[in-house]
Amino acid sequence: MVLEMLLKVFIFPGFLFMSAYSFLVEYLDRKIYARMQNRVGPPWYQPMADFFKLMGKSEIIPEDANPLMFRLLPLIALASVATAFTYIPIYGLKATSSFSGDIVIVLYFLTMVPLTSFLAGWYSRNAYATIGATRVLTQMFAYEVPLFMSILAPALIADTWSITEMAAYYAAHPMHALINIPALVVGIISIQCKLERAPFDTPEAETEIVSGVLVEYGGKLLAMFKLAVHCELVLVISFYSAIFLPFFTGIAWVDFILYFVKTLLTLFILVLMRATMARLEINSTVRFCWKYLSPVAFAQLIINIIAGGVL
Amino acid sequence: MEKKGPGKIARDALKNLFKDPATTSYAGKGTIKVERGYRGRLQYDPSKCINCRLCMKDCPTGAITIINEGTKEEKKMKAVLNVGHCIFCCQCVDSCNKGSLTFSQDVDFASLNKEDLTVEL
Amino acid sequence: MSETDKNKVVIPIGPQHPSLDEPATFTITLEGEKVVNAVIGVGYNHRGLEKACESRTYIQDLYIIERVCGICSHAHSTAFCMAIEELTGVKVPMRAEYIRVIVAELERLHSHLLWLGTACHEIGYDTMFMYTWRDREKILDLMASYGGNRINYGVNTFGGVRREFDETTSSDIIKTIDELDEHLKRYMEIALTETTLVSRLKGVGMLSHEDALNFGAVGPVAKAAGIGYDIRVAEPYGAYKEIPVKLITDDRADVYGRTVVRILEMQESVKIIRYAIKNMPGGDIAVKVPRRIPAGEILTRVEAPRGENIHFVRSNGTDMPDRVRVKAPTEANWHGVQHMLKSGRLADVPITIAAIDPCYSCTDRAIVVNSGDNINVMDWKQLRQYSIDWYKKEGIDITALKL
Repeated sequence: MVLEMLLKVFIFPGFLFMSAYSFLVEYLDRKIYARMQNRVGPPWYQPMADFFKLMGKSEIIPEDANPLMFRLLPLIALASVATAFTYIPIYGLKATSSFSGDIVIVLYFLTMVPLTSFLAGWYSRNAYATIGATRVLTQMFAYEVPLFMSILAPALIADTWSITEMAAYYAAHPMHALINIPALVVGIISIQCKLERAPFDTPEAETEIVSGVLVEYGGKLLAMFKLAVHCELVLVISFYSAIFLPFFTGIAWVDFILYFVKTLLTLFILVLMRATMARLEINSTVRFCWKYLSPVAFAQLIINIIAGGVL
Repeated sequence: MEKKGPGKIARDALKNLFKDPATTSYAGKGTIKVERGYRGRLQYDPSKCINCRLCMKDCPTGAITIINEGTKEEKKMKAVLNVGHCIFCCQCVDSCNKGSLTFSQDVDFASLNKEDLTVEL
Repeated sequence: MSETDKNKVVIPIGPQHPSLDEPATFTITLEGEKVVNAVIGVGYNHRGLEKACESRTYIQDLYIIERVCGICSHAHSTAFCMAIEELTGVKVPMRAEYIRVIVAELERLHSHLLWLGTACHEIGYDTMFMYTWRDREKILDLMASYGGNRINYGVNTFGGVRREFDETTSSDIIKTIDELDEHLKRYMEIALTETTLVSRLKGVGMLSHEDALNFGAVGPVAKAAGIGYDIRVAEPYGAYKEIPVKLITDDRADVYGRTVVRILEMQESVKIIRYAIKNMPGGDIAVKVPRRIPAGEILTRVEAPRGENIHFVRSNGTDMPDRVRVKAPTEANWHGVQHMLKSGRLADVPITIAAIDPCYSCTDRAIVVNSGDNINVMDWKQLRQYSIDWYKKEGIDITALKL
């Protein structure tokens, strides 16, 4: 029993599966992005090669930085992403563990990643890292409200706070998922903002502040941070497709294939957004999120409260 | 004129997804192909050379040297080019009145030590 | 330190930075995201070109002058050739002048495509960067097949051009620029309608009409502020006396205006190339120019892609020049950059610097900084008397020398 739980948390569908899938997702991200730009793109082993090359280099910790926090923060980011992944159903309707309220726990763990970014930039004591850290926090104030409202809206119709039970409800009433279409649109823009990808990548603007918060990181610590960011991508697309694209059949291996189809479809939309828009400036991001995304998410909440009462 | 909005380049991006890429992978030494008029390595014809040395005078970097290994009556001409100094401007080709210097399309002659850069034409 | 100083952060951009092509230092003082002060330091690319020209013959100097810049190399070499041809008084055949115009307009096309790609990269719009550089590769292939190299083509020589322009070259050029014309229409549409691009470029790097005249801006920077000065129209040289060129101005006076001006200039270049190929006269491609250039001074101007390019040559009757001075267009544009940076935000700094299309290698010449109150201005006779007195103090009498 304990061995089965350990296997599920660390190997499949836990940490090892998530890391391996993150390499595949990273490869597809870069390859589709390159093909949209009329280029060849990297070969299939490129993300793995990058990870292992970085693991082999040494790291330099600046004199003014705090060495304990510097070393601890990538591990905290990786651990929070890996923990949140255990609540998402991968094959079938049941996740590895579930309880009422785990949708809020996943959102909480997702907030940990930008927080560790901010702290990593703050503790690096570098001018570029400080500017990147303040931009990470400012962007968090922009997207948190629409993200939370749009993620929690489908839960109001299902009348439960657990992802597993939500998946079961929508598998039984698939037509009710159409009410959530505005939240689907707001959700995909908000998660692009959360992942800090173009057009919302001012915290990591390569031509302005070199690398943002990660400018002093190198070697094994940078490898962990980058792995945490890519695993966050896997976590977010799995979370999104579990909530907004809840088409489950109940048969384990069919649901597993369906999981890949849904997450790769979400990834394609994210890559299309990344390839076709310029980087927004931080004040424009805040203005855009508060002017356009929050009202639509709020309206969706009202509609869902009424619909939840009626259905 | 189209309406204003974000993501206007998506039409081209999606079209390019299904076309061949415009770049190629570099495949190694000896696979570079250059255009038909490209200025590459010099070629020298000793029979036409009259040892006037106008090419040496006009070379911006002093890369070419003409050596007469015989005597004034029985010429045995040799040309030595420092490929590292040559800027491939082909002013020597234009300066030569007898046409003993021409250029080829050979561009693939990088080497690992400096002595290999002084070649005999 | 006062209270307000504690809020200010000083960040260095350069000498090594992902947004700069070549080394330069910009020390930016920030308050939050607003730029309060900017100090510009250039000079990392000084190569001593003008001194090197003085100890080489004119025909060797042609290749040094061509390598002042990589992307406006034909403009520099044309200006130098024009200077030598006027000093010796030869008349270049009309066919060679038309060929020089075609190569100059092809160079303008590939320089502006490079600029469009770099500007889009600075604002994070990488797809446009890849598309414009893909189009630029086709023009570089054309130059490689006609001129002999992708950049620093070596088309000019004193008295004309070096290579004959045949049927295959002109049909290749027409085919490539027809394709490019279609792409340029699409880029113009995107530049006018893409909201993320417009919001990054509008209102950024403002340089009004008065400021542009005060700081002496040239090229597309001045044209975007409403100053319509183009050497091809104001003082035509070569075949521009016969080919019609439209003057392009805009009145937005910001980075968006400069983008629009450059795309319109590219479309105008396509028309000029088509006209030139259709109406090219026959004849020789070069005349002979003697090796010794008669003594004299001359100043020539051409319209490089970045603006007005001035060359000054002084010869003394031998086959080596006495003084060569190159004033590249970017030298005039740097003065307005501090003014443009001060009213912006940190996110606008890379695109503001990139919008003047800086060519750091063109710019770097030796600069003398005058500091202090003891400024003494002498004319030539006073300077000569001063040096004679100085040497007399050392015990050397040089009054017998005649200059």
